[in-house]
Amino acid sequence: MDLWYSEKHTPYVLFSIKVDKQLYTGKSEFQRIDIFESKEFGRFLTLDGYMMLTERDEFIYHEMIVHVPMAVHPSVKKVLVIGAGDGGVARELTKYKQIKSIDLVEIDKQVIDACKKYLPKTASALDDKRIDFYYQDGLKFVRKHKNEYDLIIVDSTDPFGPGEGLFTKEFYGNCYNALKDDGIMVNQHESPFYAEDAIAMKRAHKRIAQSFPICRVYQAHIPTYPSGHWLFGFASKQYHPIKGLAASEWRALGIKTDYYNTKLHAGAFALPNYVQEMLKEVEE
Amino acid sequence: MRDLKGRQKRAPIKEALDELKSMRVVPFDVPGHKRGRGNKELTKFLGEQAMGIDVNSMKPLDNLCHPSSVIKEAEILAAEAFGAKYAFFMVGGTTSSVQAMIMSVCKRGDKIILPRNVHRSAINALILTGAEPVYVNPETNERLGISLGMRLSEIEKAVKANPGAKAVLINNPTYYGVCSYLPGIVSLAHKYNMKVLADEAHGTHFYFGDNLPTPAMRAGADFASVSMHKSGGSLTQSSFLLVGDVNKDYVRQIINLIQTTSGSYLLMSSLDISRKKLALEGKPIFEKVLEMTEYAREEINSIGGYYAYSKEIINGSSVFDFDRTKLSVNTFDIGLAGIEVYDLLRDEYDIQIEFGDLGNILAYISIGDSYKGIERLVGALSEIKRIYQKDKSGMLRHEYISPKVELPPQDAFYSNKEQVSLEKATGLICGEFVMCYPPGIPILAPGERITKDIIEYIEYSKAKGCLLTGPEDEQVEKLNIIV
Repeated sequence: MDLWYSEKHTPYVLFSIKVDKQLYTGKSEFQRIDIFESKEFGRFLTLDGYMMLTERDEFIYHEMIVHVPMAVHPSVKKVLVIGAGDGGVARELTKYKQIKSIDLVEIDKQVIDACKKYLPKTASALDDKRIDFYYQDGLKFVRKHKNEYDLIIVDSTDPFGPGEGLFTKEFYGNCYNALKDDGIMVNQHESPFYAEDAIAMKRAHKRIAQSFPICRVYQAHIPTYPSGHWLFGFASKQYHPIKGLAASEWRALGIKTDYYNTKLHAGAFALPNYVQEMLKEVEE
Repeated sequence: MRDLKGRQKRAPIKEALDELKSMRVVPFDVPGHKRGRGNKELTKFLGEQAMGIDVNSMKPLDNLCHPSSVIKEAEILAAEAFGAKYAFFMVGGTTSSVQAMIMSVCKRGDKIILPRNVHRSAINALILTGAEPVYVNPETNERLGISLGMRLSEIEKAVKANPGAKAVLINNPTYYGVCSYLPGIVSLAHKYNMKVLADEAHGTHFYFGDNLPTPAMRAGADFASVSMHKSGGSLTQSSFLLVGDVNKDYVRQIINLIQTTSGSYLLMSSLDISRKKLALEGKPIFEKVLEMTEYAREEINSIGGYYAYSKEIINGSSVFDFDRTKLSVNTFDIGLAGIEVYDLLRDEYDIQIEFGDLGNILAYISIGDSYKGIERLVGALSEIKRIYQKDKSGMLRHEYISPKVELPPQDAFYSNKEQVSLEKATGLICGEFVMCYPPGIPILAPGERITKDIIEYIEYSKAKGCLLTGPEDEQVEKLNIIV
C-alpha cells in the first residue's frame, strides 16, 4: 500500500510523509482533526490538514517555547498557556517545581481528548494537578485577566484558521495587560522563509513590538514545519532575553532536555541577516 | 398562503439565468464583453460565473422596466415574503426606493411630514419633486447624543397644522435602531388621508425575525423602502420598494422616471436568491444574529466606559421600540468621539465598523459574523480604552439643532448661489447639503438658515475626523449660500 500524507508548504512545494495507518479522524466545531502513524516520524497530528506535531521532532518546538523564558524569569509561578491542546507545552512546564498553576486555554476540547488517547508521549502531563483547563477562545479569556501571570505561552496554529485572533494587536495588548510587571510572553512566530509565512511573521512581530517594550525573536530547526526554519517571539516588560539569562540557576534545576541548553539559548537569538532585515522593516 | 414555503423555494430570475446558460445562446447583443470573453482581466477578477450572468434584458429574462414574466414572478414572491401587496425590484440602491416612494405621493408644492434625521436620499427626493418638508423634531437622548424617533403627539400637531400634507415619512428604525410608534402613526395619518412612507433601510430583518420591532407593511404603511443589501444579504445597491394599497402601475411609472433601463441581473438575481433565503431561513438566521449581538453588548458593557445600549432606552414615545440586532455603542465616557474609536479600530486593529459619529459607534452584526470576530471587536475596544482613554471634558454632545427652513429644498437648490467661507456663512441661507457620511443625515439641507451652532458643529466634526460631504467645496471650507 502506498499511503502518503502531504501538505503544501507553498502552492509549488509539497511535503510528504509515508503513512502506516490512520489512528483517528474527527471533525469538531472548529476544525478537522487527524492523527496518523508513520515509520519515520512516529505518530503525528494534523488540524485541517496542516502539520501540528510529530512524535519525532515535537521536543524541539516544545523545549524551545518553554525553557527559553523559564531560564530568564527565575520565579515563574503562574502560567497561562493558549492553544497547546496536545499537551507538549504542559509536559515541559510541569518539569518546574516552582510553577504553582497552569491555566490551559484551548478552544477545541476534541483536540485534547484525541491527543490524550493517541499521543500519550506528548500529552503525558495533562493530568497534572496544577493544570486548569478552559475550553474557550483565547482572546476572550485573556481579556478578562489583569496583572495576573508571570508567563504567557501562545502556542497557536497558523493565522488562517481558529488561531486567527491570536495574531492580532488586540490579543497581544490584552496579553500585556494580563501579565505582571515583570511578565514574559512567548509565542509561535511562524517562519521567515516562504513568502506567505513571512508575511504572517512580520505582521505578528509588528504588532508585538507595538505592545511590549522588549521584543526579540529566536529560532529553531523543526524538520516537519514549512522550510524547517521556525521562529519564536520573546516579548517582555522587564527581562532581556539574553542579558537576563540566569544560566547557572537554570542548570542547577537539573532539568533534562534533548534540544535546549543555555549556550544554545543565546545563540538562538542570533538571526540570519535577511530575517533581521525583515524584523527591522516592521519595527517602529 | 397555502404552501407559501413551497413557493418561496423558487427563485425565478436565478432559474431563468441558469436556463439561459444551458441553452448556449450566441450573444449578438449588449453587454459587449460577451459573457466575459471580451474582457479577460475583468473576468479573472470577478469570475466567469459573475460575467456569464451579466446579461441584457431579453425575452426569457424579462425586462425590469415592464416586467411580465420572471421578474414579475420574482416581485410577486418578494411581495408574499414581506407581506406586501406588491414589491418592486430596485437596482439604484435604497436611495432610489426612497425617492420613488416620495415622488409617487408628492408633487411640486405638496407638503410631506418627516423627521429631520432622515437620510439625504429623502431630502434629495424633495429637490427632485419640489415638495416641501414639514420637520418634526425627533427628540434627543441627552446621555447618548442621538436623535430618536417621532412622538405621536408631535406628529399629530404637525398633521393638524398641515391638513393638506400628502404623507408622513418615518425611519423604521433609525441607523441606531430606534423605532417610532408605527401602528399609531399609520392610523393617525390615514385618518387625515395622508400616506405613510417608511424608510426601512435598516429594517429588512423586521419582516423575518422573531421578537423584533413591527415592520411597516405589517403596521399598515403604504410604502416601505427596504435595503435588502444591508441585513438581507443581497448585493450592494439592490433594494426592494414594498407597497400596500396604492396604484402600483403609477408607482412603476415613477420608478421608470428615475431608474436605469439596463437593470443588472447580478443585482436582480441577488435579490431573488436572498429573498428566498430569508423566507425559508429568516427566523433562525436573525435568532443567531440577535444572540451574537446580545453577547457582544454584554461583553462591551462589562469592559466599563462604553455603553452598548438596548431596550432600556425605550420610553413609550420617541423610543417606542429598539432593534436589538443593532450594536450601537456610546463612547463618551472614555473621552473619545465615536469617530475616533472608529478610526482607531481600522488603523490600529484592522477592524472596519459601520460608522462612528461624535459620541457613538455602530458595528453591523449579520449572519456573516462569527463569535471569533466578535471577540476581536470586544478585545480591541477593551485595548482602546486601556491605551487611549481621555478625560471627557470638552466633548461636544450632539444636540438637535432645529432647522429653520426658509425655502423649499428645490427652490433653494436651483437658486443663484455663491461660495462664502464658513465663518462668514452665519445668518445666510444654505444652498446645498452638509453631512457626515456615514450616517448621511444632513446637518444642513438646501434652503435652511445657517446658524452659529451649526457652524460650530461642522467645525467640531471636521476636527474629530468625520468625513464631511455635500458641499461643492470638498474641503468644506466654503459653503454655497443663496444670493
